[in-house]
Amino acid sequence: MKGDFRHLRGTAAIVGVAESDELGKLPHKSALQLHMEAAHNALADAGLKKSDVDAVFTSGRNMANDVPEYLGIRPRFVGGTQIGGCSFMAHVEHAMAAIYAGLCEVALITHGESGYSRVGMPALRWSEDSNNAQFEHVFGTTGPATGYGLMATRHMHCYGTTSEQLAEVAVATRKWAALNPMAMHREPLAIDDVLSSRLISWPFHLLDCCLVTDGGGAVVVTSAERARDLRQKPVYVLGTGECVSHSIPSQMPSFSQWDAAIESGQRAFAMAGVKPADIDVAELYDAFTIVPMLALEALGFCKPGESGAFVAGQRTAPGGDFPMNTNGGGLSYTHTGMYGIYTIIEATRQLRGQCGERQVQDAKLAICHGTGGQWSAAATLILGSP
Amino acid sequence: MSEKPYEGPLPVATPETKPFWDGARQNKLMLQRCGDCGQAFFYPRPLCPHCLSRRIEWFEASGRGRLHTFVINHRAPRRSPLPPPFVVAIIALEEGPKMMSNLVGIAPDPTQIRCDMPVEVVFEHVTAEISLPRFRPVA
Repeated sequence: MKGDFRHLRGTAAIVGVAESDELGKLPHKSALQLHMEAAHNALADAGLKKSDVDAVFTSGRNMANDVPEYLGIRPRFVGGTQIGGCSFMAHVEHAMAAIYAGLCEVALITHGESGYSRVGMPALRWSEDSNNAQFEHVFGTTGPATGYGLMATRHMHCYGTTSEQLAEVAVATRKWAALNPMAMHREPLAIDDVLSSRLISWPFHLLDCCLVTDGGGAVVVTSAERARDLRQKPVYVLGTGECVSHSIPSQMPSFSQWDAAIESGQRAFAMAGVKPADIDVAELYDAFTIVPMLALEALGFCKPGESGAFVAGQRTAPGGDFPMNTNGGGLSYTHTGMYGIYTIIEATRQLRGQCGERQVQDAKLAICHGTGGQWSAAATLILGSP
Repeated sequence: MSEKPYEGPLPVATPETKPFWDGARQNKLMLQRCGDCGQAFFYPRPLCPHCLSRRIEWFEASGRGRLHTFVINHRAPRRSPLPPPFVVAIIALEEGPKMMSNLVGIAPDPTQIRCDMPVEVVFEHVTAEISLPRFRPVA
């Protein structure tokens, strides 16, 4: 069995998930406090004590040292993979492998980011001799809005994708947010509202872009065996995949398809032994409206170039036949900076049947998929029952 | 050059990127090519990202290419190289590699700018030490 990643299928389960006590604009809380609140709440959700935790996974500069210290946990396994917003999906894969190998049993994955208020956060500066600064910032790149937009423009050129189709995603996602009491923006939104919002970086309007918020999230992963006796119905990790294809946007292998996501998705589906058509609910990181669209193509929900038609007619909204970003997404619920952990929290709640008004009926199989950097990294999880 | 001092971000070279910035000051777009597999690449580094060879040579590129894709930034970064709105562009160089740059010499208007339009380099001497390779449409 050595070397066949598919043996990991279902060997670990998600047994606890939570956000920080509140999400939004929180100038009264530091980033580490947001980690702590989410960790505390997720352990309570799982019915586990701090002393049960023997592994900590987190992301952010020096956080793999800071978080265990702040929580008073001395992990025997620590994961500090930092590949951007999808780091936490990668942490689930790494936790599952470590648990399978016997290196730990209960893994606590935490995220906390004061993305809006920037309390207790590292400075945002890149050093001026970094490749990013030398070869990209000097031309006025503005971070994610530039990197993600470059793909959107080329996709429009190659496939005729329109601003209206991008706006469909923002509008559908807002309808889900209206059903989520934790979401920041819940008022109705129309396609024209998106198209008439101010231009940030053409082709993106303001309402094509995710929120900038403060918040935390945490996920507890343990072995399938240990999961059986805990408070919540286990949500099994059936498939995982990750890939890094580049760091700075000029090095992207393609500007019309998301290469890292194609690879991470293929591995996750291969491990899970399921097909895109089997998925009941999809949580696809939406840093910008184009991002879940390219994920739909990369993961095989539609063909290359067809995501514009796929999302048309509010197909991903409540009542549509493809429930996507059911928490309201980074576009309307929350986006602290590294949003990936919230896709895992929402997928787990959907599979437990705990989503109230926004519950997707008979949700048995979910996919979480995230981006890191600027299309640079991708990580995919398929969750469900064994 | 305008009279006003340049306020945009300036590159600080590392040892492996210095020949690129030295070349730019002399109106030369310097690229590297692998001595084993023959492929050109960018950004500068002392090994080939295609085959990991360390037999690397510098050469002067033609400065011609095509606009692969672009965005139009309406919000200026903290230090802006150009007044917004301005075009941030990925240039597909004739020799193969892609690089980030600005598209200049055309209105920042998505109805006028077309992906794949032919472009050529123009060096803008923003300070005594630094010249930025930007691109303009080929007339």
